[in-house]
Amino acid sequence: MNGLLFLIPVALGLGLLGLIGFFWALRHGQFDDPDGAASRILLDDDDEEGEGRN
Amino acid sequence: MNALAEITAQDQVHTVLSVPGMHCASCMGKVERGLAALPGVARARVNLSARTVSVAHSPGLDTPDLVAALSGIGFKAQPRRDELAPRYAAVRPLLAPLAVAFFAAMNVMTLSVSVWAGADGATRSLFHWLSALIGVPAIAYAGQPFFRSAWSALSKGRTNMDVPISIGVVIATCLSLYETASGGRDAWFDGALMLLTFLLAGRVLDAMMRDRARTGVDALLRQAATGALVVGDDGTPRWHKTQDLAPAMLMRVAAGERLAADGEIVAGASRFDQALLTGEAAPVVRRTGDTVLAGTLNLDSPVDVRVSQVGRDTTLAEIARLMEAAGQGRSRYVRLADRASRLYAPAVHTLAALATLGWLVAGAGLYQALVVGVTVLIITCPCALGLAVPVAQVVVSGALMRAGIMVKDGSALERLARVDRALLDKTGTLTLGRPLPDPAALAALTAEEAAVCLALASHSGHPLSRALADALAAAGHRAAPLVDVAEVPGTGVFARWNEDSVALRRPQVAGGMASALAIGSRPDRLIAYADRLRPDTAEALARLDRLGIESSILSGDNHAAVAEAARQTGLTAQWGATPAAKQDAIVRLQAAGHKVLMVGDGLNDGPALAAADASIAPGSASDVGLQAADVVFVSDSLLALPRAVAASRATMRVVRQNFALAIGYNILAVPLAIAGLLTPLIAAAAMSASSLIVVANSLRLARAVR
Repeated sequence: MNGLLFLIPVALGLGLLGLIGFFWALRHGQFDDPDGAASRILLDDDDEEGEGRN
Repeated sequence: MNALAEITAQDQVHTVLSVPGMHCASCMGKVERGLAALPGVARARVNLSARTVSVAHSPGLDTPDLVAALSGIGFKAQPRRDELAPRYAAVRPLLAPLAVAFFAAMNVMTLSVSVWAGADGATRSLFHWLSALIGVPAIAYAGQPFFRSAWSALSKGRTNMDVPISIGVVIATCLSLYETASGGRDAWFDGALMLLTFLLAGRVLDAMMRDRARTGVDALLRQAATGALVVGDDGTPRWHKTQDLAPAMLMRVAAGERLAADGEIVAGASRFDQALLTGEAAPVVRRTGDTVLAGTLNLDSPVDVRVSQVGRDTTLAEIARLMEAAGQGRSRYVRLADRASRLYAPAVHTLAALATLGWLVAGAGLYQALVVGVTVLIITCPCALGLAVPVAQVVVSGALMRAGIMVKDGSALERLARVDRALLDKTGTLTLGRPLPDPAALAALTAEEAAVCLALASHSGHPLSRALADALAAAGHRAAPLVDVAEVPGTGVFARWNEDSVALRRPQVAGGMASALAIGSRPDRLIAYADRLRPDTAEALARLDRLGIESSILSGDNHAAVAEAARQTGLTAQWGATPAAKQDAIVRLQAAGHKVLMVGDGLNDGPALAAADASIAPGSASDVGLQAADVVFVSDSLLALPRAVAASRATMRVVRQNFALAIGYNILAVPLAIAGLLTPLIAAAAMSASSLIVVANSLRLARAVR
């Protein structure tokens, strides 16, 4: 019983963390361009230092 | 870097360009780097899903400059109209409810499993309270799309699929709360949440399909002539956007440009392609004093046009109004899922009420009778039914999309499956709608001549030169090195090649569409152009015939041109049809009990596309055609027509199987529920199993497009 009192909040907390993470992603435009994000990782222009990452 | 630093954030202008040709990482890199290299551009960011690039740049840079820069690196781009820029996504408002429902369903399920495993006493009570704590807010939030739709249907005195869903979910939640408070044995939070998760997944799939097609079509919308070069009083030309044009302005329209407004030619003469407005394939000559219409394409030489009408007053807008009126018939179509629920919802509610009454009559207590009634409601909640239609449609639309056919929404597939009569426009639909050089004339050129011809043609933006350059490049020719290249508008391109002067120009003797290739003292080569039937037309029409669909031509072009097309295809034809006449022809067929498919591209087809039971447009269609059509195909081949119809029929077959599966599951589970033998465990397992079977059956459609 004591184990449960400890484990249930942990389980719920972890799930909630995932949910909050998803909402954060939704709010910050992570789902605006799924195709682009998939392809952007293949670009290798390392020459522009620090800019172009917007 | 210095140039960039000078552009402060305040005076930056944002422009969104549509670049339909981007499809991979390297395209994306090329576009972004190419634009960033322009002086005055601060930032360029591609959105590959929407096929757009948004550019932050200094005000000194005009949209045409950006378009020119992109065409320099090999991408065709068009400015997007401002009102289209914020992309509406149907899937976005559904993602958050789905996430919440999924999270809550998983957690409540974990707790329920321990209850099923035999948790008892205080533990069970604690678990039920925890489930209620998670479940009630989650159901209140995630159920909103269903509650709202059900309420709007009920308040209009109608019913739809969302009504039984909402009633089931709400009653299950209330009863579970009562059970929890009274320390009862079973709670249904897990069932209600799982139901919402499955149903929201179905809705998300449906919305994803619509978004994907809409983005594809948006990228195709040419947004042509979103502006014009206006010559000011002091003689300096300035670029004006369409909405800034006013009557009495003087537009300078270059060859190869579309007119942004109706007007009268005050200087120059040229030929105009009116195919999108009237369906006429042959260009018409317009001279000083003649009226020219917005949306037509200037073919030959630059003209100055005094604007007479803009925006809502143009002929183009007139057709748009005709179309709005025509689209009403289609909105009366009731989707299959809603038709099914008209029968299903009353049956289910009657059954639940009868079960409750039956137990009461048999002497059970009120509480026990109510539990049985609710169990029946939950078990018959159309979970698999809610997935039956969207999953099948999303799978087939994905398969069609890979074949270059974009379906705008699910109801389009349902309507397309029922057609038994097809009307095809000629110009731009049966034919490619653009002049192509005569293959025999090209084959007659020597390799040397072809190389010179390609080099000359590639120096001109004229539509005929473009077609010629494309055809020669496709045939594997390479451009010869030229010097002193000069294009004389309305006459041709002139240059020097080795020691000879060479030219690609209008032929001396006018007659039809042709251009003449002159190399030194050699005799001129005449290359004729004509609009040709699409590839695979015969095969496509034969397949339509095998599907039981009778086709005929409905064209606005003149008798001779339509008769020629009718002879080549073996179809019956109606010629010289105005937009209103096309619409009438469809209404007549519908009155005779036919389900009509309209295939067309032009503005003049707009009302007909909107009036028909289902409509298809090629990707080269006018903006109006693209927006009015249910289905858009981007390939040149006409085989897209039978493919789309066959796939839509296969979809309806699978949807009917899905319905049978879902209802079969109900027939098995409902007697158990009525007998009071159904535990939440069995209900949860049965619900998941039937949903999975429906999804698996729908996935077979991935190979349905041939």
